[in-house]
Amino acid sequence: MVNVKHIKITQEDHRIAKLAAIAIAMHMVEAVIPSPLPGVKPGIANIVTLYVLYQYNFATAAWVSILRVFASSLLLGQFLSPTFALSLSGALISLSILWLAAHLPKQHFSAVSLSILAAFGHIAGQLIVVRLWLIPHTGISYLIPIFAAAALFFGLLNGLITAKLLRQKIINTN
Amino acid sequence: MFNLPQSIKSQLCLLRGGDWLVLTIGMMSTIYLFNALWSNEHASQVQIRQGDRIYGTYSLNQQRDIHIHGKLGESVISIAQGQVRFSSSPCHNQYCVHQGWLNHAGQAAICLPNQISLELLGQQKAYDSLNY
Repeated sequence: MVNVKHIKITQEDHRIAKLAAIAIAMHMVEAVIPSPLPGVKPGIANIVTLYVLYQYNFATAAWVSILRVFASSLLLGQFLSPTFALSLSGALISLSILWLAAHLPKQHFSAVSLSILAAFGHIAGQLIVVRLWLIPHTGISYLIPIFAAAALFFGLLNGLITAKLLRQKIINTN
Repeated sequence: MFNLPQSIKSQLCLLRGGDWLVLTIGMMSTIYLFNALWSNEHASQVQIRQGDRIYGTYSLNQQRDIHIHGKLGESVISIAQGQVRFSSSPCHNQYCVHQGWLNHAGQAAICLPNQISLELLGQQKAYDSLNY
């Protein structure tokens, strides 16, 4: 007798899979864009995370973000590599900041605020890994201002895009 | 028709009070980081480390070659005209040598394979620690 265990797939699972697929696609597009400095990236996949946070809830956004990090690293052949560690730590810190920032009053803080905060969370998470593991040297502090400026710029840009998407509700998943 | 200035203007209308606050704080911290971490102060001393210990601190006001034995072999660090560089290293990638002459406080060159690093010091030290 073969005992087959059926895992129940809910509507929620389908939705997470679809949204994660969009995020992975954006991550792939970004991987092709050359970067002047390793670590400075637009982070367009975060638009999806932020959009999901607003349209659904934090748990869904966290699933989409973490799935994106794992699946993208597998697709790019970076799984468990330093790049993956940077990506994961950035996503985790960014998500914790989003979790806190989601409590900010909605009438004063739009997706732009959350996007900027999340972008700073990303570089913070990455710099922690870089400092503790990859380049255990204070020389990297020389690069922190550049990372901060990039986070501010791309955070604002992604935030504006997300705000616009939320108005139009472009991404249709059901 | 896609009108860029118009589009940006309409985008910025989406910003709420708190967004401007976050944006301003973000800008201020970025500017602060540039000021704090990009010091243009000329270095007066160089501190050389070998593995996890300080090998020595030397004034940049001299002309001198320092020969140090690291994990792989002998590295040569040259001091001249207020600047310092790795002039030769036994490591295969030669990143340390290619960094060239350094003269600003807070700059550093590290040779990970040979476990030798140098850090330039100003009047006051830019960082608290430097270690492997």
